[in-house]
Amino acid sequence: MEKVIANIPVKVNEQGYLLDFSQWNEDIARELAREKGIVLTDEHWRIIRYLQEKHKADEPLSIRGIKKSGIIPIKEFYRLFPGGPLKVASLIAGIPKPKSCL
Amino acid sequence: MKNLVILGAGTAGTMMANHLVRVLPPEKWQITIVDQYKTHYYQPGFLFLPFDLYKPKQVKKKGKKFIPKGVRYINEKIERIFPDENRVELESQELSYDILIIATGSKIYPEEVEGMKGPMWHKNIFDFYTYEGALALRNYLREWQGGKLVVHISEMPIKCPVAPLEFAFLADDYFKRKGMRDKVDITFVTPLDGAFTKPRATKALHYLLETKHIKEVPNFDIERVDYEHNKIIDYADREVEYDLLVTVPPNLGDAVIERSGMGDDMNYVPTDKATLQSKAYENVFVIGDASNLPASKAGSVAHFEAEILTENIQRYIKGQPLKKEFDGHANCFIETGGGKALLIDFNYTHEPVEGTFPLPGVGPLTLLKESRTNHLGKLAFRWIYWNLLLPGRHIPLVTATMSEAGKHFETKES
Repeated sequence: MEKVIANIPVKVNEQGYLLDFSQWNEDIARELAREKGIVLTDEHWRIIRYLQEKHKADEPLSIRGIKKSGIIPIKEFYRLFPGGPLKVASLIAGIPKPKSCL
Repeated sequence: MKNLVILGAGTAGTMMANHLVRVLPPEKWQITIVDQYKTHYYQPGFLFLPFDLYKPKQVKKKGKKFIPKGVRYINEKIERIFPDENRVELESQELSYDILIIATGSKIYPEEVEGMKGPMWHKNIFDFYTYEGALALRNYLREWQGGKLVVHISEMPIKCPVAPLEFAFLADDYFKRKGMRDKVDITFVTPLDGAFTKPRATKALHYLLETKHIKEVPNFDIERVDYEHNKIIDYADREVEYDLLVTVPPNLGDAVIERSGMGDDMNYVPTDKATLQSKAYENVFVIGDASNLPASKAGSVAHFEAEILTENIQRYIKGQPLKKEFDGHANCFIETGGGKALLIDFNYTHEPVEGTFPLPGVGPLTLLKESRTNHLGKLAFRWIYWNLLLPGRHIPLVTATMSEAGKHFETKES
């Protein structure tokens, strides 16, 4: 389906995740974050860039991977992106929701 | 003489040995398979052990029985792989290879969660992903008087991702049969959005949780187990109390992958998802749970991979381009209790949907819908596993890549 975010029509799935990363930009990220009640700081951006790089390298994302990478302590990750940090951060970063089964 | 070495004699490794011995000329290729353990476990059976539905002897056999003649079988621990030098170091000897197949699987690592593998491990905190865990849990359940049962997934990915849910369903059934369902409170705790996360499956299956009175605690990323006060705590400081905790600890690839410097964050080997060739070394292939493929970690996936990998090994030897054919096909029975089961069939791009299997429009198995026939299918599968699957015989009507016929597709997932 299509959704207009920051005045740009983009393709999203039922849960609001962007379907085409090439449509993502920083304004869209700010708007998606705002919908989640988050104002993006430098610290948020650092994590968003990190997740996008991992996604481009085709590396699956997990809380464990984040923990092991040392990019951010998990408690802090929760503080930045409340209510399921990996899911929320992936949504804002314009990358698919981390995979699960059914 | 050239050497092909298979590391791991579980479901995937054993199947590959059986497939390859038929297609590689014995005067040119020596096939060797290595596994430190002499016992082959039927891992899907671990789900039934705690509820006294299977006996221990139904889930274990001598590994040797399934290794074909003409294949060298070594029972030794694998110390390290040296992929730049095409050799593998075992406990007491060294093997050099022309082609290596990694089939070392994945394992539970309860020590990864603080307090999990503490003094209460296998006392009132159990896993059912090991033979020992499932058996200890069976003995505990035989005596248990009831209370709060928490069925818990630590993190994804896990082997057989539906097993914890099946465990909750079978537990409901077990306590009903024992006449003590009213004394047991069942809660399903998951790091995912819910017990079911895909829209179609949620719609078709959520009633199961409601009718069985299983509570759900979603989005729970465990930080630690407080074994002194019987509760699990997540990173957002939420707490869930238990009297009996049945957990699926973090699943990681084998430690030998880490020792060899060949794994990702979870010790899984980065692998091409269509050809099964490792990304770093062209003569190293990966099959089953040991790979980092975005497919389910399940025996059915390994089975479908085996057909394609057998073809690709032959192509690699002949210097032909590899077949980019693997589509992530998985096919799983889900026990729902009371003699019924579901069947799901899916791949990288298609989520599980309703329909019939394996014959379009006929079945006899029904997809994404409870039936008694499906339950019989699951029970029959144990026979199929030992007699058709491990020996690498073709299972009639079931294809390696997913068939779309007879299935009710509306949308393709991106």
